[in-house]
Amino acid sequence: MLYREAGQFKTSYVADSAIFPLRQDRIGLGLIIVAAYALAFIGNSFLLQAVMIPFLVFSLASIGLNILTGYTGLLSLGTGAFMGVGAYACYKLMTAFPEVNVIVWILMSGFFSAAIGALFGLPSLRIKGFYLAVATLAAQFFLQWCFIRIPWLVNYNVSGALDAPLRTLFGTPIMGPNATPQTRYLVVLTIVILLTWLASNLVHGRIGRMWIAIRDMDLAAELMGIRPLQTKLLAFAVSSYYCGVAGALLVFLWYGGAEYDVFNINQSFFILFMVIIGGLGSLIGSFFGAALIFILPIVLGIVLPAMLSPFGISVGADVIEHLRFMIVGALIIFFLIVEPHGLARLWQIGKQKLLVWPFPY
Amino acid sequence: MSFRRIGLGLAAATMLAGMALPAFAQDSVYVPLFTYRTGPFAGSGTPIADGMHDYLRMLNERDGGIGGVKLVLEECETGYDTKKGVECYESVKGKNPVIVNPWSTGITLPLIPRASVDKIPILSMAYGLSASARGDIFPWVFNPPATYWDGLSMIIKYIGEKEGGLEKLKGKKIGFLHLDAAFGKEPIPLLQELAKDIGFEVALYPVAAQDMQNQGSQWLSARRDRPDYMIMWGWGSMNGAAVKEAVRSGYPMDKFYSVWWPGEDDARSGGAGAKGFKMLNWHAVGTNFPAIQDIQKHVVDKGFSKAQKDKVGELLYNRGIYNSLLIAEGIAQAQKVTGKKAVTGEDVRRGMENIKLDPARLKELGLEGFTDQLVLSCSDHNGHRAAFMQEWDGTKWVKISNPIEPMTDRVKGQLEAAAKDYAEKNAGWPKRTEACDKAS
Repeated sequence: MLYREAGQFKTSYVADSAIFPLRQDRIGLGLIIVAAYALAFIGNSFLLQAVMIPFLVFSLASIGLNILTGYTGLLSLGTGAFMGVGAYACYKLMTAFPEVNVIVWILMSGFFSAAIGALFGLPSLRIKGFYLAVATLAAQFFLQWCFIRIPWLVNYNVSGALDAPLRTLFGTPIMGPNATPQTRYLVVLTIVILLTWLASNLVHGRIGRMWIAIRDMDLAAELMGIRPLQTKLLAFAVSSYYCGVAGALLVFLWYGGAEYDVFNINQSFFILFMVIIGGLGSLIGSFFGAALIFILPIVLGIVLPAMLSPFGISVGADVIEHLRFMIVGALIIFFLIVEPHGLARLWQIGKQKLLVWPFPY
Repeated sequence: MSFRRIGLGLAAATMLAGMALPAFAQDSVYVPLFTYRTGPFAGSGTPIADGMHDYLRMLNERDGGIGGVKLVLEECETGYDTKKGVECYESVKGKNPVIVNPWSTGITLPLIPRASVDKIPILSMAYGLSASARGDIFPWVFNPPATYWDGLSMIIKYIGEKEGGLEKLKGKKIGFLHLDAAFGKEPIPLLQELAKDIGFEVALYPVAAQDMQNQGSQWLSARRDRPDYMIMWGWGSMNGAAVKEAVRSGYPMDKFYSVWWPGEDDARSGGAGAKGFKMLNWHAVGTNFPAIQDIQKHVVDKGFSKAQKDKVGELLYNRGIYNSLLIAEGIAQAQKVTGKKAVTGEDVRRGMENIKLDPARLKELGLEGFTDQLVLSCSDHNGHRAAFMQEWDGTKWVKISNPIEPMTDRVKGQLEAAAKDYAEKNAGWPKRTEACDKAS
């Protein structure tokens, strides 16, 4: 009823090719952004620190992988390692040049990750599909090996761990133990919004169309004048950039310190599941995927004991953990059966139905 | 029903759930237990979780808590996963926990800088950051009763004694089988320093976390190198796999030593051939202590425990009891120092610094002879206590040595360098502002 196109006329080409042609969508997006910022002031520290910050970080990493796997059709299992490159680069940069603002280094660290990503993307010209996945798996193992074996990466720290030193922005601590969840959340939110906006412009523009052309049929794309090597490498670089920034945010603004093991193969799979569940080739799907895979278990962990206790069933933390696994697993299968194109496709269908509701004729 | 509405409802539910933290009565002390009964490390994690829980539960059932204050126990399942561990920490933080025990080095590291800000002490019992033994730099972190450097020096000392003096180790080859992570690599600098000074040779056999259960290549190299002794620094399924592989490759088990983490199940996995396997330990096994019998009477027999009856008193179960003993003692001392009943995290930090578990106190607690004495202080958060060697006789652990003192001078050097390093690398690491109690 409220959500309909009637009366909105497009009078220019710019309006016609807008990403959000509907006024309601634009208002909705604005509201979501306002609400997200407002959450910093009304949410408690658990909600911000344990739910929202990781959710945003994983969304960013999913966007990164989505650019590669969803838009360009190149399957990668090296996401965790590329995130690690970002985190280690950020650590090296900010300890070597402490006078430069850390936000600059977080955004710069992505370029290191991009370079490594492009390097490991070189085989993608020759190999495709599962074989490429195996090649990126090599990146995962090799980089992880580097994280353990090169003490220079952690400044010869005996514990072999990364830790977040105190860093400030406008005099307020945003990193290190003294930074409040609120300021960290605001920083992460702003970076994620900016980078999502950038990604949106990339995938909807010429570059994005090149990626999609390569994905849909690389031979045809080549015949149309798209150079496959450059395009694929660009996809690897941009994807790794996003993963790298996400990795830096993960270690320094969420954990506040981490071991190399954070960037293991499980992390790569974790992000890949988010992308698949959320929807390949969709930015909003990246957020949906991160929400389903990361937030749902937390909600279940809180809701399940509350639901079971009225029936006099008190269960231990381990049973809750098993139930979480089972329910999330079942839901993943359910969503994949109901809509193999991911949550983003469900969202699309929902919106189309809503356009004609309540008179579907 | 629109998706938007479902989404809105979900978001609202999330927020509500996040905000609705249960409130606790004033006269109780909230002790969260980070445990892992699921995941690849559950084999080690479950008995520890049972031991930790059962001892504190016993205090609740038998004495009504500590000093007349009930303990509110809550387990949070970490699965030995840093992500979930940090989530656990965030979820318990709002409920005023008096102490947290992460039970994973990976989870401990992110929590160390937060401890002083959130005023929640961390007890990382013989794991975590070894440098945190320095109370003057890490006032909020406790890692008794010994560091890994202490442990390694004890093993070398024991081997040296068996050979008839440390200098007899000259020309020998010592293999070091370790988990390829910060935890396993920590003793290496000390091992190499000792190798240089004494003149033995070191062969490193790193085991990556993903192939803990597949150590074929390491043991193949060991067969080629023929080290005179093998020292293991492993955790979880790595220990059991190592024992099995050692037996299979015919390595003489009486030359195979481990740090304090293997349990009975790990040794059992080697079958009859595992006889002679030795490890360090600092507390007794078995149930022959009044306090543990009270656990059986008040907790296990009443069905409050998740442990199987025959697992009570096993090595890692008792390790959990030791952990809870420290928690309980920290709370008891905090009550004594502050005169308050419902103590806070800040009080328990002071309490931990006042821990003095001497034989008389242990007898009072019903744990006479359970462990060597432990005294913590303002500057010493570790104790650097001696551990003893125990041997697997095919069915159980047998204590085979007196307590072995660590090589304090050597460990001190490592420790000071590491602590200074940590504080330097973390520019702006806060200076200790917490006052020391006179007693400590």
